[in-house]
Amino acid sequence: MPAVIVALAIVFGSINPNFWSATNLSNVSRQMSILALLALGQTFAILSGGIDLSVGSLLALVSVICAQQMKNFGLVEGIAAGILAGGFAGLVNGLIIARARVPPFIATLGMLVAARGAALTLSGGLPIAGLPREFLVLGAGYLGPFPIPTVIAVVAFVLAHGILRRTRFGRYVYAMGSNEEAAVLSGINVANYKMLVYITSGLFAGIAGVILTSRVISGQPTLGEVQELYSIAAVVIGGGRISGGVGGIGTTLMGVLVLGILGNGLNLVQVSSYIQNIVIGAIIVGAVYVDLARERRR
Amino acid sequence: MGDAPPFLELRGIVKRFPGVLALSGVGLDLRPGEVHALLGENGAGKSTLIKVISGVYLPDAGDIHIDGRAVQVRNPHDAQALGVSTIYQEFTLAPDMTVAENIFLGREPLHVRALSIVDRKALIRQTRDVLASLDLQIDPEATVKHLGVAQQQMVEIAKALSLDARLIIMDEPTATLTSHEIDRLFQAIGRLTQRNVAVIYVSHRLNEVKAVCDRATILRDGTFVATVPVASTTIDEMIRLMVGRDLKDKFPKVKSEPREEVLRVEQLTRKGEFHGISFNVRSGEIVGIAGLVGSKRTETARAIFGADPIDSGRIFLRGQPVNVRTPGDAIAHGIALVPEDRKRHGIFATLSVWENVVLSALRRFSRRGILDVRREKQRAQEFVASLRIATSDLDKRVLDLSGGNQQKVVIAKWLNTNAEVFLFDEPTRGIDVGGKIEVYRLMGELISRGAAIVMISSELPEILGLSDRILVMREGRICGEFDRADATEEKILNCALRGAA
Repeated sequence: MPAVIVALAIVFGSINPNFWSATNLSNVSRQMSILALLALGQTFAILSGGIDLSVGSLLALVSVICAQQMKNFGLVEGIAAGILAGGFAGLVNGLIIARARVPPFIATLGMLVAARGAALTLSGGLPIAGLPREFLVLGAGYLGPFPIPTVIAVVAFVLAHGILRRTRFGRYVYAMGSNEEAAVLSGINVANYKMLVYITSGLFAGIAGVILTSRVISGQPTLGEVQELYSIAAVVIGGGRISGGVGGIGTTLMGVLVLGILGNGLNLVQVSSYIQNIVIGAIIVGAVYVDLARERRR
Repeated sequence: MGDAPPFLELRGIVKRFPGVLALSGVGLDLRPGEVHALLGENGAGKSTLIKVISGVYLPDAGDIHIDGRAVQVRNPHDAQALGVSTIYQEFTLAPDMTVAENIFLGREPLHVRALSIVDRKALIRQTRDVLASLDLQIDPEATVKHLGVAQQQMVEIAKALSLDARLIIMDEPTATLTSHEIDRLFQAIGRLTQRNVAVIYVSHRLNEVKAVCDRATILRDGTFVATVPVASTTIDEMIRLMVGRDLKDKFPKVKSEPREEVLRVEQLTRKGEFHGISFNVRSGEIVGIAGLVGSKRTETARAIFGADPIDSGRIFLRGQPVNVRTPGDAIAHGIALVPEDRKRHGIFATLSVWENVVLSALRRFSRRGILDVRREKQRAQEFVASLRIATSDLDKRVLDLSGGNQQKVVIAKWLNTNAEVFLFDEPTRGIDVGGKIEVYRLMGELISRGAAIVMISSELPEILGLSDRILVMREGRICGEFDRADATEEKILNCALRGAA
């Protein structure tokens, strides 16, 4: 997969040298950061043997709540409310999955529809404008030469990697996804850790939603459509197994890079966005096929 | 019937699996309209033989003759075309379809052939005819999942009959039936034989064999022992033919004096599963639990381990009553379960050897939730060495290990929790002979270190070779207890089959 990424970069770079410009790379990384954060949460869900279809809609709900609370109470309160809203929605997903034992696909499909509805209801279907100017910094600002969203995404990747590889919770995520029945019989409190998985995914969606709100400097109830599907694509393209137990932050990073570079590069070489979708669709299926073929040959 | 030419004749059937000779030169002949029992202990080769007849396995050597003509049975479709139908313990009906749709699945009567429009009236009528010929009162339009087990089985038989079967193989057909339903099954078998359909009847229940079968063929360790007329053979004689061997040397029994009691269960009951289970096991002791498949031994072990709830009864550890509601509780109390179905319940196939070995004891390798990976690997390495787990490196996925080594990984996982009570459920299932001896050796080490072991096994030689005491379960109850000194295969089988100690 790293080879594919290098190849993509070389091809795009040779067709359009602008690809390598600092401005472009900085822009790509900024654009990718939202997908990256969603894909991180999705990685936990898929690794544990589940899935989280609600993350796209949560962007919209988080955005609306963040903007409203920011106007009512202030900058920090708005950011906190947005992130917590994501975490709370994740908790609801987790309760329905772990306690009521509704399959994750169904539970989060319900949340996908309901969170969109909640965002539209709270906002009356209209964008919420008039947010403080300082809030712009989060989405558009720089830390040294690096865009702030990029910095947040990188920190989140390091953190998530640490959680998955160096904590009990992370190990149990792999164990549940590898063999849930064996996990139960190994004394793991599977219900509790599943809740934690969906709370984690919700929190990452919350962070992504707040950044996106800053990028558009308004609360938008229509944000994030089909983003959940791109987040799933990012997880599996890099080699994460859709049924869980295999993959990690490294493979997800590969998936995010492929999708991000592909989107940007195809733009730069002036492929229409309609055709881009065809290419991306083929890449998703192709990448997983290659992965499976390699697995079967073992 | 007596001198009719055989419908089916098997000669010198050989079937090898990697490391196992499952059938070595087995023969069998079957007359039209005959009910023929196939007897033998678990692992004797019964299932392999019926799978050869029904085309699931291709024999490595030997001939199959039908109506005196040599035939090839390359797949289940061939078998069906030759008039052989098999009814497995797990039915192959589509639960959401009707009885009629199931019986004629793939062969529905059509209105206009080219359009594939099903002639529903003809479908129902033909189904009624088939059911009537077996004297069955089943609604052709009932959905299969709403029928009881016994009725579903009748639908399977009706389906076989509608396929013009001349031989119907029944694998443990009465395992889940009530005695009234068993009578109905026997009536149906009677009707089949009147129509000159032959039946191969695989069962452990020898009184049923006496009641319904004409002849019996006995297998042992994959070899043909004898074919006997059932009417003039006693149940004791059949048992002797099934057992007849001495294999105790295969079991390296570690001498160990049982010391104080570690685990005691009193009147453990889970409704519909097991009732009034009471026994104890001492430090340094192996208590074997024998019984037929379906005697609820696994369910009992799972309940002791907290994996399934109990309705009543108590569990004591070192004399103290304990509350075990979850596997987590059991582990905290030093109980371990090495499950029967290793792939489903034991190993994490996609995780590495070291991750598997430490998984149940992560608390001891972490502080505030943060793992000390270096110490984890170090510990895993110690176990790989001391249990002689054959793996090229610690990072290898457990999936890529042999069955015996996978089982050692599971055992290592529990050694890591400092367990002192080990519940082994079929500890050597699917493991080759060399691997088995390694597992036995490990169990010996455990008891010499003071652990208490409960071993569920369907292999009587294993039970006899390793246990200090033997419990026998039958239909969810303990029906007998034997000391190592006076236990024999005959006594245990008698108890497991007939419920008398």
